[in-house]
Amino acid sequence: MTGALVAYRWELRKLAAQKRTYIGLGAAAVLPVVFVTVMALQKGGPYDAPLGHNLRRTGLALALVVLNFVSRFGAQLAAALVAGDIVASEHAGKTLKMILTRSLRRGQILTGKTLASFTYVVATILVLGAAGLIAGSLAWGFNPLTNLSGVRVSALHALWLSVAALGIFSLPLIAVAAFAILLSTWTRNSAASIVGTLVYALGQEAIAGLVHQSWAQHYLLSDQFDGWHGLFMSPIAWTPIVRAIWVSALFAAVPLALAWAIFQQRDVADD
Amino acid sequence: MPGDRPVEARGLVKRYGAITAVDHVDLTVEPGDVYGFLGPNGAGKTTTLRILLGLIRPNGGEARLFGRDPQHELPEALAGVAGFVETPYFYPYLSGRKNLELLAAFDRNGGGARIDELLVLVDLAARADDRVTGYSQGMRQRLGVASSLVRDPRLLLLDEPTNGLDPGGMRDMRRLVGRLSSEGITVLLSSHLLAEVEELCNRVAIIRTGRIVYEGTISDLRASAGTNRYRLRTTDGELARVTLLGQTGARDVTLDGEELTFSADEDEVASISRILVGAGLGITALVPEQLSLESFFFELTESEEPAEAAA
Repeated sequence: MTGALVAYRWELRKLAAQKRTYIGLGAAAVLPVVFVTVMALQKGGPYDAPLGHNLRRTGLALALVVLNFVSRFGAQLAAALVAGDIVASEHAGKTLKMILTRSLRRGQILTGKTLASFTYVVATILVLGAAGLIAGSLAWGFNPLTNLSGVRVSALHALWLSVAALGIFSLPLIAVAAFAILLSTWTRNSAASIVGTLVYALGQEAIAGLVHQSWAQHYLLSDQFDGWHGLFMSPIAWTPIVRAIWVSALFAAVPLALAWAIFQQRDVADD
Repeated sequence: MPGDRPVEARGLVKRYGAITAVDHVDLTVEPGDVYGFLGPNGAGKTTTLRILLGLIRPNGGEARLFGRDPQHELPEALAGVAGFVETPYFYPYLSGRKNLELLAAFDRNGGGARIDELLVLVDLAARADDRVTGYSQGMRQRLGVASSLVRDPRLLLLDEPTNGLDPGGMRDMRRLVGRLSSEGITVLLSSHLLAEVEELCNRVAIIRTGRIVYEGTISDLRASAGTNRYRLRTTDGELARVTLLGQTGARDVTLDGEELTFSADEDEVASISRILVGAGLGITALVPEQLSLESFFFELTESEEPAEAAA
């Protein structure tokens, strides 16, 4: 096993042992249940949201509609809670000097932390998807879904599309986590990293609002959270999907490169 | 620079803005040494150890651990080297055993197989599966030693290992360091406690405001301090004085009440005591004048102009 994989494995174990890890995962599991409960208690619903017209007709729509809601703030908060803490907590707990004097390279340790953060992001989205599917199917059944082009899609096909949608949605969220890792490495302060990441995510939303109708909007990270909508068009709209992939990759690569450079060079003193 | 010394540092400099924390520090630790790195708090001991462990970059000078540069050859330069700077810290939400497993995994040398044995050695076996958050300071210090030994080191760098311990904990830690040394591990131990260094170490460097003001053996330090002076109590003070005056090894003999003081080289004290006993005297006390060593240490570390004492 390579050094990075050793670090990754232990980062996952450390995450599993910390309460804060379960805040995001718990919220992801509970949110669809709350959503379906609120809808059960009232007649209306967010029918104008993408795929919202499928609510009460098929449980397959629930997780996807919830994705639309969490894409503005909640998902970024969950990502920031863990990724913003993953390096800073080592400084705060003064454990960084302990692990840096062993036999792994700094780059391997940061790689392990990065992979663990990304794993957490994907796990959170998967938990949301699974909870949405279970809660939605129990409430409204496992029925065919009408896509954004108005075409009816079989339940099984819609399920696979939903899994792919969760994957594409994870990409910009991973980019947000990468920015949180940069702040965590740079500031060495968990709270500053988490707040800074949220400001970053909200800032992208604000800029997207300012450049509304402009081509530039498509190249902001905030727009990539809607990339998965392309899966639910007939035929599939690959342009927003491909753009979500490379724009997210770019938004992840730059902060990670900066974090790498800082982590490699930084003096580890108790300051 | 010879390649096989456990520690060799030349001209280390570390500045933080206008403050020079380490100012051209030279250190040479030979195999088998228990080397004391002595100085008051804030003198630059921890900063020097951080440089040696590759945690911070010096502004000047170079260091070698077994001939390898920890600034440019990590992690290879730390092969066979273990230790901690300041208090050892662990993940509080993991057990002591899990913390050691994590560090053993990071060492990648199969040290995990020794964890049970090491937990017994540092007297933590009974609490090994408790979370570290419930550990006392002494338990964390002992876990710190265990975490170092997981690496099966040839060189231990220990920064104030008895810091924060109660007297019993300090005694146990010193015994442990002594035992590890007797097993052939070279130890570089920083401390602000003169008595601790005197008890454990064969060689010492004294650092003051970032600069080494003394480096040499403990015996030479005593000699420099004038601690070749001894206090003697016997069953007959006057007979002892006369006997001592007849010995070439004893100098400056004075009798004050029942107590004699005299100067002698450390090597000669044993033979002097045998002669006193041979003269029919019972020795009730024969001790070096510790006060002068302490005074000398304070002079080195606190005076406006430190004494010239480099051995």
